[in-house]
Amino acid sequence: MLSIKNLYASVEGQEILKGINLEIKPGEVHAIMGPNGSGKSTLANVLAGKDDYEITADEITFLGENLLDKSPETRAKDGLFLSFQYPVEIPGVPMVNFIKTAVNEHRKHRGEKELTAGEFLKLMRKKMELVELKTKLTNRSVNEGFSGGEKKKNEIFQMAMLEPKLAILDETDSGLDIDALKTVANGVNALKSPETSSIVITHYQRLLDYIVPDFVHVLYHGKIVKSGGKELAFELEEKGYDWIKKENGN
Amino acid sequence: MEEKDRIINDVTQSEYKYGFVTDIETDIIETGLNENVIRIISAKKNEPEFMLEFRLNAFRKWQKMKMPDWAYLKIPPIDFQKISYYAAPKTEAKYESLDEVDPDLLDTFNKLGIPVEEQKHLAGVAVDIVMDSVSVKTTFKDTLAEKGIIFCSFSDAVKEHPELIKKYLGQAVPVADNYFSALNSAVFSDGSFCYIPKGVRCPMELSTYFRINAANTGQFERTLIIADDDSYVSYLEGCTAPMRDENQLHAAVVAIITMDRAEVKYSTVQNWYPGNKEGVGGVYNFVTKRGICRGVSSKISWTQVETGSAITWKYPSCILLGDNSVGEFNSVAVTNNYQQADTGSKMIHIGKNTKSTIISKGISAGKSNNSYRGLVKVMPGAKNSRNFSQCDSLLLNDTCGAHTFPYIDVQNKSSIVEHEATTSKIGEDQIFYCNQRGIDTETAIGMIVNGYAKEVLNKLPMEFAVEAQKLLQISLEGSVG
Repeated sequence: MLSIKNLYASVEGQEILKGINLEIKPGEVHAIMGPNGSGKSTLANVLAGKDDYEITADEITFLGENLLDKSPETRAKDGLFLSFQYPVEIPGVPMVNFIKTAVNEHRKHRGEKELTAGEFLKLMRKKMELVELKTKLTNRSVNEGFSGGEKKKNEIFQMAMLEPKLAILDETDSGLDIDALKTVANGVNALKSPETSSIVITHYQRLLDYIVPDFVHVLYHGKIVKSGGKELAFELEEKGYDWIKKENGN
Repeated sequence: MEEKDRIINDVTQSEYKYGFVTDIETDIIETGLNENVIRIISAKKNEPEFMLEFRLNAFRKWQKMKMPDWAYLKIPPIDFQKISYYAAPKTEAKYESLDEVDPDLLDTFNKLGIPVEEQKHLAGVAVDIVMDSVSVKTTFKDTLAEKGIIFCSFSDAVKEHPELIKKYLGQAVPVADNYFSALNSAVFSDGSFCYIPKGVRCPMELSTYFRINAANTGQFERTLIIADDDSYVSYLEGCTAPMRDENQLHAAVVAIITMDRAEVKYSTVQNWYPGNKEGVGGVYNFVTKRGICRGVSSKISWTQVETGSAITWKYPSCILLGDNSVGEFNSVAVTNNYQQADTGSKMIHIGKNTKSTIISKGISAGKSNNSYRGLVKVMPGAKNSRNFSQCDSLLLNDTCGAHTFPYIDVQNKSSIVEHEATTSKIGEDQIFYCNQRGIDTETAIGMIVNGYAKEVLNKLPMEFAVEAQKLLQISLEGSVG
């Protein structure tokens, strides 16, 4: 699915990612944990194609193709989805038009016909139920006037509509109360399949109660310093990040 | 919405699409401007004596006037002696049906995507086409005549309804109102005339497509719309012009007069050739548009989508004379590359309880400058009047400019005037968010701009809104950055 070999990324001369290696196979859920400023969001942005970074890597392949050669929109249409930590507001653009355009761009990319208005609405209703998103929200402008929880649900709703092969959830749990957290997690789990993978970026073990990872990686100072099974998350919860910091001489 | 989006989406890849020249024989008089030229124009048009007097009077006043220099525009010197002031297609005959119309001309309209043939069937739109200066074809005249509506070329109106012309000509826009209106009054070639009688609601949208075609020819249109008591009309004006390297001067006058409880909706999509990407060529568009709400509870609304012209100087205005009368101005003005626009509105409140609204949306890209200039004036007698103005600017990059020059003058204490203004830039984060959902940057900008301008676009008649969005899209092509 995704193979990262020796990835370095920097912004304005400051190195943020310092040699990341990661291998994700179909059907796997990988959690990436770590304290603030360890490079978690940078990793997500680099994979999605945000062009603020200078990047070097021995290799990054997504579905066997060189990821770095592709534009952000092509990566998206190939099946890479990023659930943003801070979804941006786009005033004046109704959510329903936005997601319809996105869905049809994906379909065109796959050589499929665009959905008719009826098919689209049916699909949208079904997917909205999944994350308990209220109908009125899709008539509003993209993320405008959405609460923190609604914005996160809206990200998962879009993910459900676009059916990605690899979903990167960047701190999808931040700012969510426990009910919203469950709803979002249920949405993510419902989309899980042996053919799809996800990267769950989070500070806390809490989310991983609901989205159970196959692997947990600890990112610290731009490097993956520890990898393990889901029990690693419990260990982190118990001992805190100080343990990691100490082990890595800081 | 889907249609809108589709159009927005197929933007951006093209150069100015409507830059082609139709090869039709034209009858052009020699360049230069003097009393003799004005006499020739008047004679060629077989005008009655009062029209010649009107023109000569305007010319004499114009000679004493100076080009206005207060606008935020860099206007190269214009040599008015190097312009030819009259061009008429040689095929002078009026046609009974489309079959008789020069096929080249029909082809031109086909290229524009607005074939007359289809227009006839489309949503009851009567089209009075002004190609260069003489009205070539008037359709739907009979249908309108049944209701007593007069909709014809200005020249025909001068001949057939001289009493109306005499009464209203120069009333909303006095001859010496400004430099360009005076010039227009002296040399105007043709235009449209519309009269809606008492109590009549015009059953169709009236429209005129203006088009500059002959090289090096000024275009001086004159439109006069009169809505008598309790009448209503929606009037559409759309412009496209062929690509030219030499600057072309366009100085039109549009005047609207509404009587008691009458309403006129005037919508414009303006797409004169804006010049190329280096700022060479393009139309100078110096237009005077003004309406007078003479009657009580009458209403005039101006809606415009401006994407064209190298230089735009235009302030559609309302004089709210009748008590309870209403004026509206809704505008989207796009400037790209080296375009300059200084546009806005004037709302003059004279009657009691008069209301006005100004919604102005400026979109700047490239190295362009886009200014809003507006005047809201409330006279002492205009008790309990209200104005609301909203002026928004959207910037697409760091090299363009947006400016706002609002003037507010309230001379009584019972009136309320509100002004809101915002400036925003399309954020890279917004673009990246769209990209991440599989939407490319051009489409994303189209979506965001369309969303920004929606409030105004929604005021346009449906079929016109579609064309407007297409133009919006085309004019912002390649402006990402």
